[in-house]
Amino acid sequence: MRMRPDGAVALVTGASGGIGAASARALAADGWAVAVTYRSDPEGAARTVDAIQGGGGHAHALDLDVTDAAAAAAVFTRAQEALDGPVLGLVNNAGVRADDLAMSLSDEAWDLVLATNLTAAFRLTRGALKGMVRARYGRVINIASVVGPRANAGQANYAASKAGLVGFTRTAGVEVARRGVTVNAVAPGFIATDMTTDVIDQEMLKAIPARRAGSPDDVAAGVAFLASDAAAYVTATTLFIDGGLTA
Amino acid sequence: MGTTDSTKIEDVVTKALTDFGAEPGDISRDASFEALDIDSLDLAELAQIVEEEFGVELKSDDIRGIGTVGEAIDLIAQRA
Repeated sequence: MRMRPDGAVALVTGASGGIGAASARALAADGWAVAVTYRSDPEGAARTVDAIQGGGGHAHALDLDVTDAAAAAAVFTRAQEALDGPVLGLVNNAGVRADDLAMSLSDEAWDLVLATNLTAAFRLTRGALKGMVRARYGRVINIASVVGPRANAGQANYAASKAGLVGFTRTAGVEVARRGVTVNAVAPGFIATDMTTDVIDQEMLKAIPARRAGSPDDVAAGVAFLASDAAAYVTATTLFIDGGLTA
Repeated sequence: MGTTDSTKIEDVVTKALTDFGAEPGDISRDASFEALDIDSLDLAELAQIVEEEFGVELKSDDIRGIGTVGEAIDLIAQRA
């Protein structure tokens, strides 16, 4: 089993809070240097970096609008220079919602969600895979959702983006498997974060076999596993972290 | 033909193909990538190596058009 090279950097998008921040902390605890990217919340990103550094880890915050193709292409060099190591881990976590019924969903709401949740993840994966393939080591983890495999009225755009991410993950994973690079998705269920406070209610919790919403740390544990050397043979698949919701 | 020595190109290509699993004894100008069991992932990586070594950017369309080791070397030499 090939071991992660010393000094390897993991880039986590949208890591100023929620699942992204928890994933960044978990990866740092496992010895990755972590590039914490943010778009609109520099204070949150600084908190993530502080938490990692407080625990003796290495992290650096980078501003990045993942929908900006040129910025996404340049972020690997920025991360490598800031943390003095090759980017061999990528967590595509940055995501948005713009909910509406399909019959009234605007083109703008559709385009925004697809551009952020799917197209940006593709571009960043493309950029990361080049170095990973050459290094014969890499871990790409796409944060998908139970929405996609499952229906959720009012989220046709979100569902399409996340289902697309799962399909992209499978094929990209197969393409690079023999180079020691894995590409996987994590599909969180209902996770209590700032992004979901308006959608989780008691009725919904009754539908979850575990009878609770998940925490960002529940998801981060799966991300850290998929990023680990121990998960070398796990690729092109989706790990559901949903308290049994999709079973 | 550019200024890069074609022997150097041949060396870089041969080393890359060997790293990808081709038998060194089977690699010649006339050998096809298919016969060497070199596939699209290998060629995409070869394009990266060529870009790093010689500053030559090979697009997917360029790569799709080449079938033998000699054709690859000639294309790189032309661009370098």
